[in-house]
Amino acid sequence: MRLALGLLLLGLLAAGALGAPLLQAWLEHDPFLPDLMARYAAPSAEHPLGTDDLGRDLLLRLLYGARVSLSVGLAVALGAALLGTAIGLLAAWRGGWVDAALMRVADGMLALPALPLLVVLAAVDTGRFGLPRGEALSDILRITVILVIFGWVGVARLARAAALRELTQDYVAAARVAGASEARVLWRHVLPNIAGPITVATALAVAGAILAESTLSFLGLGIQPPAPSWGNMLSNAQEMVFNAPLVAVWPGVMILMAVAGCTLTADGVRR
Amino acid sequence: MGLMPGDPLDLAMLSDPALTAADVERLRALHGLDRPLHERYLAWAGAVLRWEFGFSRLYAVPAATILWPALTGTLALVGSALLIAAVAGTALGVLAAIRPRGVAPLTDALAVLLQSTPTFWLGIVLIIVFAVTLGWLPAGGAAEEGQSALRFLALPVITLAAANTAAYLRHAMAGMQGELRRDYIRTARMKGLPERAVIWRHAFPNAAIPIVTIAALDAGALVSGALVTETIFARPGMGKLIYDSIMGNDYNLALLALLLAALVAMLATLAADMAQRLIDPRLREG
Repeated sequence: MRLALGLLLLGLLAAGALGAPLLQAWLEHDPFLPDLMARYAAPSAEHPLGTDDLGRDLLLRLLYGARVSLSVGLAVALGAALLGTAIGLLAAWRGGWVDAALMRVADGMLALPALPLLVVLAAVDTGRFGLPRGEALSDILRITVILVIFGWVGVARLARAAALRELTQDYVAAARVAGASEARVLWRHVLPNIAGPITVATALAVAGAILAESTLSFLGLGIQPPAPSWGNMLSNAQEMVFNAPLVAVWPGVMILMAVAGCTLTADGVRR
Repeated sequence: MGLMPGDPLDLAMLSDPALTAADVERLRALHGLDRPLHERYLAWAGAVLRWEFGFSRLYAVPAATILWPALTGTLALVGSALLIAAVAGTALGVLAAIRPRGVAPLTDALAVLLQSTPTFWLGIVLIIVFAVTLGWLPAGGAAEEGQSALRFLALPVITLAAANTAAYLRHAMAGMQGELRRDYIRTARMKGLPERAVIWRHAFPNAAIPIVTIAALDAGALVSGALVTETIFARPGMGKLIYDSIMGNDYNLALLALLLAALVAMLATLAADMAQRLIDPRLREG
């Protein structure tokens, strides 16, 4: 029930994101070109959800924004899952001071005040590392890296706890006795058995990443306009509340759908 | 912050064309900006230990005079929001645990909904409904002389409380469900205690322990983390101050604000430990 609802929400959003160019061809206007004659247009056949402060079609921008927000969410979750699983497995397998050091780093990351640090990191000038400035792709890359830095901790702790449990099991000892290499024990035996909790943590990480990306973009630190993202579509919402309240409402509904979809999916998988 | 584009004097050069290159070098040496990052940090840390907090470059006043109102503003907002979130979340969670059939599905749905709502969007929607459409409450800002602070606090507090309620709801529900299955609850019921006493005197104190911990951790995190709420409602506070000082290259103010936020977070954790000892006698013996 939860799983079905969650997957339905995510499927709808993914279909919308993939189908955006088709809808654009059908509606025959460009969501990236300002049309100042049609600012804050009411919903109509031509603009199903109306237009924004620059007269761009809101529905199309929401769907293109879904591409940005969902890909950031997925990329962060994959990055966090890979890094977190690797670190968690390493800590559980080596134990001793490696384990202690890695877990203290993880504790430290949890204890840090996340939002101010995100702000500091997001303000770092990527141009100094040789990345092009002001391009949507480099924004996406930067946001992804920043959120992975914060996201791996949760996965690593879960992976470590689950791997510690599995490593004490008899089948691991049996595999070792049978002459399996340590790499094979971890890869073929431990990893498949801890995949469940890691999947749940990854689904929750997608939800967290989408929320974090939209928050940073809302503050003007994430994806920069004119590229649409659900967060930056709200960044000048304060001015819109008087002219066109609905323009400020729709991006939030999209975020709500995406995050609720991920949370429900994670809950559903866990049961 | 050292990796951010431009130092304060680059900005000064942009805003004042009369500044010559020689002036800039002189000022840079005066403010110590020609020295490497770690030397500047040590000099700053030494000054703070001597109780010298210096000036804010951005606001051109002593840093302490800005920090204090920001801290009290944030504490009023975060304190009342957390109180509401913890009480409402716990009450709903306990109710859901007592009535697994009637209430639990509703609170489950509510928890997912609250958890998935982006804070900044909820704030905007509340502004649209209560400030723009109904006109009951101000859309933002802080109370001035003779105005009721409560009216200005209402919307930000609701926004922040809603974002934090879900965690309390889930923990209270899970905690109570776990406790109500335990043997001592069956014993209490068997000896004829009224159901109210069983729930509030026996099960609830045990389920409340994790809730106190979360509240303290939240309080610490929110001192610097109420940024979004403070931005939407244009309220002066720590989160906004940290954001503005980082964006404005005001090193001294940003570092002081972060230090203060960390201090409050530590105090909150300490308070949680002590509160746990009050609730849980087992912790007192060790």
